[in-house]
Parts: sequence; C-alpha cells; structure tokens
Amino acid sequence: MSDFLNISGLHARIDADGAPKEILRGVDLVIPPGEVHAIMGPNGSGKSTLSYVLAGREDYEVTSGAVSFKGQDLLAMEPEERAAAGVFLAFQAPIELPGVNNANFLRTAVNAVRRARGDAELDAVGFLKTVRAATKKLSMSDEMLKRNVNVGFSGGEKKRNEVLQMTMLQPSLAILDETDSGLDVDALRIVADGVNALRSPTFSALVITHHQRLLDYLNPDRVHVMARGRIVHSGGAELAKEIDVQGYASFLAEAA
Amino acid sequence: MNAIAPVGRSLAPFEARLDGIEDPIRHAAVGELRRVGLPGPRVEAWRYTHLRPLAGHEFREAAASFDADPVGRALDESLPRDGLLASTPRLVLVNGRFAPELSSPANGVALPEGVTFERFSASPEFDALATPEREPLVALNTALATDGVRLSVAEGVAAERIVLVSVACAGDEAVSFHPRHSVSLGAGASLELIELAVSSGSGAGAATYFHNPVLTCDVREGAKLTHVKVQKEAAGATHLATVYANIAARGAYDSFTLGLGSDLARHEVHARLSGAKAAVHVNGAQLLGEKQVGDITSVITHAAPDCISRQTIRNVLTDHARGVFQGKVHVHQIAQKTDGYQMNQALLLSPHAEIDAKPELEIYADDVKCSHGATVGALDDEQLFYLRSRGVPEAQARRILVEAFLLEVLDLHEDEAGRALLDTALGAALSLRIGREQVPGQAAGEVSE
Repeated sequence: MSDFLNISGLHARIDADGAPKEILRGVDLVIPPGEVHAIMGPNGSGKSTLSYVLAGREDYEVTSGAVSFKGQDLLAMEPEERAAAGVFLAFQAPIELPGVNNANFLRTAVNAVRRARGDAELDAVGFLKTVRAATKKLSMSDEMLKRNVNVGFSGGEKKRNEVLQMTMLQPSLAILDETDSGLDVDALRIVADGVNALRSPTFSALVITHHQRLLDYLNPDRVHVMARGRIVHSGGAELAKEIDVQGYASFLAEAA
Repeated sequence: MNAIAPVGRSLAPFEARLDGIEDPIRHAAVGELRRVGLPGPRVEAWRYTHLRPLAGHEFREAAASFDADPVGRALDESLPRDGLLASTPRLVLVNGRFAPELSSPANGVALPEGVTFERFSASPEFDALATPEREPLVALNTALATDGVRLSVAEGVAAERIVLVSVACAGDEAVSFHPRHSVSLGAGASLELIELAVSSGSGAGAATYFHNPVLTCDVREGAKLTHVKVQKEAAGATHLATVYANIAARGAYDSFTLGLGSDLARHEVHARLSGAKAAVHVNGAQLLGEKQVGDITSVITHAAPDCISRQTIRNVLTDHARGVFQGKVHVHQIAQKTDGYQMNQALLLSPHAEIDAKPELEIYADDVKCSHGATVGALDDEQLFYLRSRGVPEAQARRILVEAFLLEVLDLHEDEAGRALLDTALGAALSLRIGREQVPGQAAGEVSE
C-alpha cells in the first residue's frame, strides 16, 4: 500500500444551527505519488467538505477515520503545517483580503513555507524574478500583483490567482475544488497547464470537478464518484466520459 | 462645604493651583470650572469616557528641569534618523515646556521661510477659537497653560512641514502640563504639522501624569493645514487633547490621529467650515490593549455652503481595551450642498474589548448629502484560514489581517514624512499588541519595482 495519501473510513460533520450534520460518511481513498485523481459527484455529496478537511479547516469535526500523508497523521497538523508538508487547496471561492497586497501576500506565503521546509527565504529581487516568470506562464498581468488579494478580481482572475499561488508554493499534493467552474476555454487551459507543469513522480493532484472538459487536459489516472459522503465508484479516465453522457443516476442507485 | 456643589467631578486634583489666578481670561476659566467641575458621566459629551483615573491624585506643576538622557533617548527612538523626518524642522516640548536646546535651529534645521514662531510663555494670548466655557478640559488648560508653540505661516507660503514633539518626563510625583498651541495659515498658505506625543521611560514602572494640550488652527481662504498626530504615551498617562479648527473658504484642514498609548486618551476635534467650498478630514485609527481607553470625538460644523467633511476611523481593540467614537455633524441652514461622510469601524480581538460609537447628525439645510455608518466585528475566520492554508502561521496571519485593516485608513494620509511616522509607530504597536513579524522586512510596500 502506498503511503503518499491514504484516507480511510473518514467521517466528518459540521455544526448546522446547533445540530451536528454528518457530511463525510466513511471516505476511503488512496492516491499514490505521481498521480492525478478526479472526484466527481452530485452537489452536496461532500466533495468540498473532503477538500476542506484535508486542508485543515476547523469548522468540520472529524468523528472517525484517518488520513496519512507521506507517513504523517495529516489530521493532527495545523493548516500551515499541512501547507509546509506540501498540501495545497485551490479554493472554489477564493477569499478576498482587503488591504493585503497580492505580491506581499505571495512572498509571505512562499517564505513561510520555505522556512518551514528548511529552504532559504527569497529576497525581494529573487521573489520578483520567480513570480514574474510564473505570471508570464499563466498569462497574468503583473498589475494583478499590485492589487489587494482577490479584491475586485473577476471570477477568472481569482482562479488564476489560485493557480499562481499553487505554482509558487510548489506543493506535492494539490487539491483543486472546482477550480474550473465558470472558466472559459482559455482560462481552463491555464489551470490545466498549471497542474501539468507541476507533474512529477512526487506530485499528485486531487481534482474536484463537475465537468469532463478539464479532465480532457489533465488526463487523470483515476476518476472517483462521490455520493452521500462516500466514494461509491472508481475507474479510469473513461469513467468521466461515461458520467458526462449518463449522469450520476446509476452510481447513486449503486450507493443506495 | 460649598453651598453649591458642582454637578461634575471634583477639582481636587488641581485645586491647589487654581487659587490666586488673576489674569481675567484665566480667572473666568477657573470660575467656569468651579461652576461645572470636571465632566462626569452624566455630561453627554463624557458619557463613555470617564475621568475617574484623575481622581485621587494631586497633580503638581511639572518642574522646569528634566533629565536630558531619557528625553534624548525617547526622541531618538521615536523619530527616524534618516529620511524626510530627520531633516524636518522640529519643535520639542518637555513636560509642556518648550525646550530650545532640543529644537530647531539647535539641530541645524531652520524653520521654513515665511513661518514665524513664538513661545506661548513669551506672550500668553488665548485664541478666540477655543471655547473654555463649553469644554471644561479647555477651561482647565486655559487656567494652567504655561507654554506652547505659536506658528504662523504668511499668506501664500508653502511651508512644507514642521514636527511638534511632546516628551513627558514624569517621576514619582503626579504632574500635569497643559500646553497651549496655535497655528495660523494666511490665505493660500500650506503646512503639514506632524505632532508626536511620547513619554521618556524612566524604567521604574508607570509614572502618573496628565497631558492636556489645546491646539487652535486658523486656516484662511484657500490655505491647507495637514495635521498628523501620533500619541504613544506610556501606561500611567492620561492624554486629553482638544483641537479647534476654523476653515475659511476653499481652505482645508486634513487631519489624521493615531492613538496607541496612555491608559486614558481622548482626541477631541471641533472643526468649523466657515467659508464656502472648505474641506475638513478627521481621520484616525486606534490600536489599544490591556485596560486602555481611547476616545476620538469630533464636532464638525458646516456653517457655509458647498463644504466637504470626511471622517474615517478604525479601531483595533484587544484585551479589556475600550474605544469610543463620538462624531457630531452640525449642518447650518445656510450650508446647502454639504457633503458629509462619517464611518467608524472596530475590530474586537477579545471578548472583553468594547467599542462605543455615537454618531449625531443635526441638519437644518435641505439640500445636503450626509452619510454615516459603523461596523463592529472580529477577525474573519475564512480570511485566517485562507492565509494559514498558504503556510502562514496563525500569529502572523492575525497580524497581517489587523495591519491590513489599519493600513486601509492610514492610506488616507499621503504625505511621505507623516506616513513614515505613522508606519513606524504602528509597526511597534502591532508587535506589542498583536504579535511580532516573522519575516524581517515584511512590511507593506517592501515588494516593489
């Protein structure tokens, strides 16, 4: 068994107006190093919750199960420790930070992660060089670096900014939570290129999506169907095409 | 026992110094004080800020002599040695008395041409802009003022900037000082007044003292006075300041106050827009902790048409700190086309922190645009998680968000020299109250072309 990412029997709930609501009901998922996996599934099946739980958001209470990442107990780590260990979550709805300059934010994040990983921090010049190369590759304007984080960004700009952060932070596990939703074909291509550029034997990605289109560019190793808080079906890249045609109905029947 | 007891608080802390005053203006002020006392919580203007800390002390007049070393250190620590501020002419007061040896031109920096400077002590004159009969703290200042600076800028002169520093150097004995400052700008003149209030640390705990300055600003037609104030006095201090500004047609009083220090502080501004198309900005920020109380109070009077007033205040309160904002906008019937804006926002970082906000609009004109608002909140969990998910440790993430909240209002002040002072003071206060920066040189603006 691989010890890269191993999720077993994961249950998690959220407090919904005073009553606990169980959202993850026994997720089992193994992602070996170097692979891209996709998760598809109807709305409300727990896909975003899984991504938040992996990134360490505190609103969710893990009631049972385990997640190991590169041999470490991921659930015992703080969000920033997970980032340092290589976990990156591209948010479905990136957060705006008024008053926080995007370039300063990126440099703070990059250096925090480098420091935690035992790498030398980037000085202003080294950072600018790196970030300029990254923005160029992502067809982003440098003007976006001067603005406040995600403030006044269009939907597409916000997603591109997520990909820029991912590129700069060099994660070993990227979780993309519907990063493709609402993007046009060109922007979609940029997101896919961002992930593909990181591909290596030590990099894996978990891509949550509703659409086949992004997966055409990413060519995933495995596709999983999530329903009612569990992975109910897994297959190869062809599964995504099947879902595109048939929808989830047959898998939901299977899960019931 | 007096037959008629004043409704307010006892004058006992100052009583010994109020007897035998003969100057008619000061005598009238003492009479006013005896009639009303120091304001208590039943006085509407002092409902949220209580002067209890003054009771139980007997405030003596601060001695004229002081220990030069700690004062010098306080100046060195507070004012940058390089950059625009270092070469800016400087007027220094120690315990409310002008200290020529610490001021320009002793530092080799002459006052700008077209600016005249005089000490209050050389010819004590009380500016008619102040209203001691209305503000008891100004009556107290009027009764006890011994020194201060009087600056005037000649018509049409662009005088750049002057730094006005107050260093408190208190010892074991409770002292008070009541400096009286005035600034007047002739038609078309301009000046930036950069005011700094600090304490020289004696090291042996918090010295009790009371700083009670009054500043009057006369801004003539088309003149512009920019006023930046940083108050970072030590624990044990009470700082109660009153500013009066009269702004003539097309003139502007653009002010920013940053409150960081003292156990109890109030910055009270009375601005009167007396000529058409005049403008006033009363912006500010406070970052307070422990049991500090910080109060920003403003009374803005639109007494002429087509004037603009802007107030943007942000408060960050930790521990048991309490912030107060009282903003009154009074629009006279003649003041048509008034454009007024007022916004007070607070970030509460502790369940024990508190903000009291009281906006007041009194409008007699019918064609005006006046808006006001207030927000209170905690740090946003989603923003914190976003930063942490990018690897930023929690303490640093908190600091980034608090700093961003305050920088948005500091950005309203554009002059480089004043801004440098604001940034330096805020950075130190953030390290004290919120947490240190983790990366050296991570300050905003570090990454640039």
